[in-house]
Amino acid sequence: MTTATDAAGQAPAAGPAETRTPILRARRLVKTFGRVVGLDGVSLELYPGEVLAIIGDNGAGKSTLIKCLTGAEIPDEGEIFLDEKPVHFKRPQDARAAGIETVYQNLAVSPALDVAANLFLGREERKHGILGSVFRVVDQKGMREKARNELKALGISTLQDVTVPVENLSGGQRQAVAVARAAAFGSKVVVLDEPTAALGVRESNQVLELIRNLRDRGIPVILISHNMPHVFDVADRIHIQRLGKRAATITPESHTMTDAVAIMTGAARE
Amino acid sequence: MTQQTLEPPTSALDLAEEFLDRTTPLSRVRNTLHRYPAVSPAIVLVLAVIVFGLLNDRFLNPANLSLITQQVAVVGTLAVAQTLIILTAGIDLSVGAVMVLSSMVMAQTSVQLGIPGVLALLLGLIVGLAAGAFNGFLVTRLKLPPFIVTLGTLSIFVALTLLYSGGATIRGAEMPELLTSMGATFNIGGVNFTVGVLTMLLLYVVVALILAKTAWGRHVYAVGDDPEAARLAGISVNRVLMSVYLAAGAILALGAWIQIGRTNAASPNAGAELNLDSITAVVIGGTSLFGGRGTVWGTLLGALIVGVFRNGLSLAGLDVLWQTFAVGVLIIVAVSVDQWIRKVRK
Repeated sequence: MTTATDAAGQAPAAGPAETRTPILRARRLVKTFGRVVGLDGVSLELYPGEVLAIIGDNGAGKSTLIKCLTGAEIPDEGEIFLDEKPVHFKRPQDARAAGIETVYQNLAVSPALDVAANLFLGREERKHGILGSVFRVVDQKGMREKARNELKALGISTLQDVTVPVENLSGGQRQAVAVARAAAFGSKVVVLDEPTAALGVRESNQVLELIRNLRDRGIPVILISHNMPHVFDVADRIHIQRLGKRAATITPESHTMTDAVAIMTGAARE
Repeated sequence: MTQQTLEPPTSALDLAEEFLDRTTPLSRVRNTLHRYPAVSPAIVLVLAVIVFGLLNDRFLNPANLSLITQQVAVVGTLAVAQTLIILTAGIDLSVGAVMVLSSMVMAQTSVQLGIPGVLALLLGLIVGLAAGAFNGFLVTRLKLPPFIVTLGTLSIFVALTLLYSGGATIRGAEMPELLTSMGATFNIGGVNFTVGVLTMLLLYVVVALILAKTAWGRHVYAVGDDPEAARLAGISVNRVLMSVYLAAGAILALGAWIQIGRTNAASPNAGAELNLDSITAVVIGGTSLFGGRGTVWGTLLGALIVGVFRNGLSLAGLDVLWQTFAVGVLIIVAVSVDQWIRKVRK
């Protein structure tokens, strides 16, 4: 089983991926922090309609890689292409404007605001006519309606009432709100950082289901997770980081969890 | 793919939790209070009015009710500014000092320089805005805690007021009529209201609408709730904070105008107690000192509760110190209730 790639940036050999055009592509990213090398020439491809998991030990460069892709860090070297066009993100807002939405580990929701207000936080829609243009009144009814439709489209059945304050929701439901917000605004790529880390079994399953729904709607997902069963459950391909490099890109079909852990820890070389 | 088929059986612990959370009457009360934080002060106000009305016949007569509204007008106005700042998880110890400084500028420029009332009011407004901008600058740029910032600017504004005015009170008779116009009265259904009281109520309506109906209002709550989450949602936290301190400054200038009308004078020694009284009104009104939760209507109720307690206790013939004592008890009870309400479902 030698389906993996080296760090030189060749296309991964897993599945039919080579024939498609990646929606997001990173080539030979380098990022150093003083003497510490965070990323040592990492390449990554994300194809339309897939879930790409990124796994790796602590310090393997997962977070740095994601931060470079989402504008939270600026790589020292290397290029990032979105839809085959080079992009240069200087701030997270740049990446968001380009269509890369990130759901952060610490759940960026406002507990006291209701579900609909959270979905539209920072991009509220105003009423038509003079009420909206002069008095800047937000279109609460319209936003609630859209929020309901969006949640329904994502298959989030547990959130019936969009007027409930987020603090009254369970952890899984909050995560669903955060994911729905990321997916709701015509985004091209959704990045999820450890979305199941703080959740119980039932809630984790709901979030995994949500990830599948995103993929089925054609939105590609990058999933960072420590949880191997979750990764193997939901991912189409798995990017393994090790010591600042891409050790391999595998699929759940071609490798077992044990294989993946072996590659992650360096016990097995590809 | 449906959601339900994937769910493993609910654990006994989950069931127990849900049972406790959803079905005990006490937790249902708590959830309601949590959702509508103005409910508890409303209950307290109604009870207080009934009790004091039963204790003393004079309490409910129109002249006395009019007096209570007038006593509440200035602190009620300042408390609107205080609410905005506390909603962002800040606090402003300098509201009374800014209000007095603004009122002295209004009075003294009109009397000494002989400028028209409109211009004097405008200068007072500028002073309020400048004070707000200064507080806001220190909070957003130097990243100092609002408590420390306004503790410092409290002393600065008090000193500036005394230096500027020379400690002298200016009588309303010397000022242009416009400056004292907030004290004019009119009659609705046998109760006298001042223009100042009406202005305060209008201010509540306007600010309540802005908080509930505009994106800015939502952002104020979001910033107070969790500034990091607000930032990640694309909100410019510093800009929201700065706008809140500026809005507060403008409201304090309005308070200065109402204060001149209420006392028919501008005194550099007025308003010292208003710094804390405004916080009292906000806290009793159910707004959380941790930010992100509360309404200006709660604050109005809080200001009225304090006014009713002071007035009712004094009509009952109790020593003025017992009024202060009662306000202290009210604060502690209000914050305890708030803590209890906040324990809803983690």
